[in-house]
Amino acid sequence: MDDGQLIPHLFRTEYRKIVSVLCKYFGWDGIENAEDIASETFLTAAQTWGLNGIPSNPTAWLYSVAKNKAKNHLHRRQILQNKIIPSLKSQETDEDPIDLSPQNIIDSQLQMMFAICHPSIATEAQIGLSLRILCGFGIEEIADAFLTNKETINKRLFRAKEQLREGKIKIELPTPVEIETRLSPVLTTIYLLFNEGYYSISQDKPLRKELCLEAMRLCTMLVENRDTNKPQVNALLSLICFHTSRFDARLDENGQIILYKEQDTSLWNTDLISKGGYFLQQAASGNKLSRYHLEAGIAYWNTQQADTKEKWENILQFYNRLLQIEYSPIAALNRTYALSKVNGKEEAIIAAEKLDLPDNHFYFALKGELYTSIDNEKARQNFQKAYSLAKTHADRQAIQKKIDKLANIPG
Amino acid sequence: MDEYLILMRLDNIVKEEPPSPEQMQEYMRRYQDWVGGIAAQNKFVGGTALSMEGKVIKPKDVITDGPFAEVKEWIAGFITIRAKDFEEAVSLARLCPILKGEGNSVEVRKITGGHNG
Repeated sequence: MDDGQLIPHLFRTEYRKIVSVLCKYFGWDGIENAEDIASETFLTAAQTWGLNGIPSNPTAWLYSVAKNKAKNHLHRRQILQNKIIPSLKSQETDEDPIDLSPQNIIDSQLQMMFAICHPSIATEAQIGLSLRILCGFGIEEIADAFLTNKETINKRLFRAKEQLREGKIKIELPTPVEIETRLSPVLTTIYLLFNEGYYSISQDKPLRKELCLEAMRLCTMLVENRDTNKPQVNALLSLICFHTSRFDARLDENGQIILYKEQDTSLWNTDLISKGGYFLQQAASGNKLSRYHLEAGIAYWNTQQADTKEKWENILQFYNRLLQIEYSPIAALNRTYALSKVNGKEEAIIAAEKLDLPDNHFYFALKGELYTSIDNEKARQNFQKAYSLAKTHADRQAIQKKIDKLANIPG
Repeated sequence: MDEYLILMRLDNIVKEEPPSPEQMQEYMRRYQDWVGGIAAQNKFVGGTALSMEGKVIKPKDVITDGPFAEVKEWIAGFITIRAKDFEEAVSLARLCPILKGEGNSVEVRKITGGHNG
């Protein structure tokens, strides 16, 4: 990784760790201080490393600076209870009140995850705050993910922090009785984070590998903790592994999307595929079928490149059930594609025409695919509509390729 | 958009042999395809299968076995969908695969209000 990429990368991975530890330490009243200290640390890093070069152990450097800034802050503000100040006075010992050891970093983040995703806070606010504090998303990126604007997000986060403060929500893991319900928004956030990395509309770059790996890391933390290691968590991790396995094959050297059919399967990460399989098996316990189980099942079949009827029948059935649990336009479109592979294009066209997605460019791209070699004029029209609705450069390029290919077919 | 109940009734009089496991799988597949098609249109609200046994209660506290009484069809289950009118609800319901079996039927009813009003 070159210097220009190092700081953004570190910002992502280390910001959340530093903020989580400091937040846990300062409590909700000090959450803005925790964020400020973390941000200042990275600002200092950017300035200092720009002048002096990157230190040999950048992470240790960041932690050391963060701790010092926090201590200075504590001294200046004196916002602490008495029990903390005496411990500061005993600073002559090696005892470090701000514990940035690996275990405490993991524990703090897990606790923060659950604290932020608390039922008393609106779901959107939970996700927004998680993206901000746990993942270091910028306000603009969060706004893009929610298809809204910065002011709305800022208000939402402000209100959420107020509620956490007023509710005196404890930064700790929920009890075993509560864990199942409390897990749900946490998993949604991780899922959204993964999607943002995988599809990334906001940066107009199809892939943000680091975000996907962040999602994987957060989910892995849940799996590695005995109290949170539930079937649906394993299912989510399984699907993340399966999708991520195709990362390197998904983009060419110009940043263009390579469609599934055309991917170089030697670039598929077999280690991740087997991890996905392992977690899918771990998920096959208990009697509840979550949406993540279904999506993991679909993701599994997508790692089998052979175009068999069995593959598409399974994928179709998974999408049938997934849509009954929760409708989404993408699931509806993917289901229709699977239908075309199982029962033929004509039947899929009938189903596709019943879908009501007038602003969705994937919808028209799908119809273009389905009509190709059935009715090429309709195919052309649909692709053109898809092109006009496409939001990213990569998508437009992919659609243009289809239009060009059609132009070379007579009639 | 209103909600409609689609009630599925299967012919109780078994004319041929009961379906084999493979046939059952095929029926399930077609059924799930039908429901999946409705769900893909974002018109699926919920679904429930019903047990084969049941009881029928009549006036004067008469309770008999079986949900079918004199009717030779029994309700296999029902789903709830969203549709803008009866015509649309029927257009979705008529594709139910049980209709390929003679004697089966599908009933469509509009849900006109809960017990909360």
